[in-house]
Amino acid sequence: MLRIAKEKLNALYAKINESMGLFIPVKRAGEVNYEIWKEGKEVSLETLKTVKSPKNMFFPSTENMMKFKTEGKALEIVDVRDEKKPFVLFGVKACDYKAIEVLDKVFLADPVDTFYQARREATTIVTLACSRPEESCFCGVFGIDATSPLGDATSWLDESYLYVQANTEKGEALIALIKEFVEEGGDAEVKAQQEKTTEILKKLPFAQLDLSRFKPENLNELFEAPQWEELSEACLGCGTCTFVCPTCQCFDIRDFKTHDGVIRYRCWDSCMYSDFTLMAHGNSRTTQMQRFRQRFMHKLVYYPSQNDGLYSCVGCGRCVNKCPQNLNIVKVIKTLGGKKND
Amino acid sequence: MRDIELKMIERAKALLESGEVARVVGWKKGEFYFDPMPAVFETVEELNDFVYNSFCGANLSKYLIKVSKNPGKTAIFLKPCDSFSLNQLFKEHRVIRENIYVIAIECQGKLSVEKMKKLGVSAITEVNENGEEIVVSSLYGETKFSRDEVLLGKCETCKSKVHQVKDEEIILREMQAGKKDRFEDVEKLEAMSEEERFTFWREQLSKCIRCNACRNVCPACSCMKCVFDNPASGIAAKANDDKFEEQLFHIIRAFHVAGRCTDCGECSRVCPQGIPLHLLNRKFIKDIDGLYGEYQAGETAEGKTPLTSYNEEDGEPSDVFKGEEK
Repeated sequence: MLRIAKEKLNALYAKINESMGLFIPVKRAGEVNYEIWKEGKEVSLETLKTVKSPKNMFFPSTENMMKFKTEGKALEIVDVRDEKKPFVLFGVKACDYKAIEVLDKVFLADPVDTFYQARREATTIVTLACSRPEESCFCGVFGIDATSPLGDATSWLDESYLYVQANTEKGEALIALIKEFVEEGGDAEVKAQQEKTTEILKKLPFAQLDLSRFKPENLNELFEAPQWEELSEACLGCGTCTFVCPTCQCFDIRDFKTHDGVIRYRCWDSCMYSDFTLMAHGNSRTTQMQRFRQRFMHKLVYYPSQNDGLYSCVGCGRCVNKCPQNLNIVKVIKTLGGKKND
Repeated sequence: MRDIELKMIERAKALLESGEVARVVGWKKGEFYFDPMPAVFETVEELNDFVYNSFCGANLSKYLIKVSKNPGKTAIFLKPCDSFSLNQLFKEHRVIRENIYVIAIECQGKLSVEKMKKLGVSAITEVNENGEEIVVSSLYGETKFSRDEVLLGKCETCKSKVHQVKDEEIILREMQAGKKDRFEDVEKLEAMSEEERFTFWREQLSKCIRCNACRNVCPACSCMKCVFDNPASGIAAKANDDKFEEQLFHIIRAFHVAGRCTDCGECSRVCPQGIPLHLLNRKFIKDIDGLYGEYQAGETAEGKTPLTSYNEEDGEPSDVFKGEEK
């Protein structure tokens, strides 16, 4: 185990930034989100949950895909992909790290999304263990251990030090780059923190959620469940839950007309929106109940049925904290998940 | 609060049992004490989950646009601020007065869990209210707050504790309006240089994730289909871009609701990124007051409004620029 004194962290960020980009939780106008690091920005590793997850790193909320240039009757297609510069994604919590696995299965499956792949390959991920989980956290339900996330390197934070450990070659290379800041030590401190956090994790109110009914064979029964009406009753149809979610992956592709052509871009989409998957005949889901149901069926039934039982919820609890009207996946799990929830 | 909650349940039960109303709009229990959610109750059994406490900050009036289209009368519990919104919806013919039974309820200001968390509390398991003292228990210990410390932003500047529309009331204690002047923060923005103000809004609006929660919760945003959601409008947009789109989206939205916004504060309550969107609306309210005389949207369900009527005393567009010069 290696450690870095907390007061050296800003110099460490600057060192990384000399040769690579750094994407890290930063406080801006009162809220903490992942941003590209620059001297003077206020890094906040202590924040348990950034508002948005770090999925932006690989799957930005808006990105240009290609350009079409027209001149007379000639049409030119311009590739706008630039070579991806290496990046360090720093401070990823266990839930958000698991979420990257969920996204990989979508974007790196055939046909591979080359935009996502390029960023993914160019990035070194440093995870950060949790030491102060809160009431909305339930990553344990999905078999995630918040005290020892993986990634290219894992880190733990206490009042005085950031402890790090490399897990892959990329992680080793990063530690070699910052060797002037690190010293040996921290095994006992990390172990003590992990034990303490594990005790808290066991006591969290949602630690025992039962998911046993969310199985592919129950698909039709769950789809037809009469409880969806009541569960979705207060839904505003906003996209908050989908945009703060670390695993929501739907996007829309649109064209933007410029003076000499068209820019084709994609942006995050939300199944909560009335124009989601809009087709020539209209929207296949005509009511908010159907749109609401889609989100949770996708996370808990459709995705796992295509991915060996892996759920596409990681229990980060962001939707629990952020839904304007307090609807959320926990209520869905408690209502439809299984007997132990009663 | 518990005594009011019991009286509310009693009334809801009586109204449903007698058949006077077909449904009651209120709040139901969440997973914790602090996360109630809006709900429609159609049977007496459903009222077992009814709740009313200091975390019922949500404005229920907009739900009536949809819910009250069902047959039969709809009863709704409204806090004073929510009653302005309903009146405005009556005025705009989005909700029909005859279909609604309004029960005015007591409100001593609602609380914000978000604020408690920003003050360092996490893993909250329980919240207890002892009048002005709020006791929060968490897995990490107990914390006490005064009500004022953790009041929802919109309640700090509560404009009125007088219900603007009601059929009956359940009010047991005297209510106090907000201690903070609601134009104080607008004045701070006005006092800034153009550049400072631009930087302020850039910082704030760059956080926008374009989730549309502000729009969807807003009782004044009652278009059947928003132009930004309508592919046929030619300006449909959902891309999240901090350079341009978000600033325009929020400013256009503020213009669209100008003169109709009752300042219910829901836009800022629901924003996942904590953007003080209500300040845009409040600036318009303040300017309208100055140019066309004091006006509060939602005070009446009828009558002329400053932006849809003309008086010879009305300010001229050029006055706006004179105001800037002062």
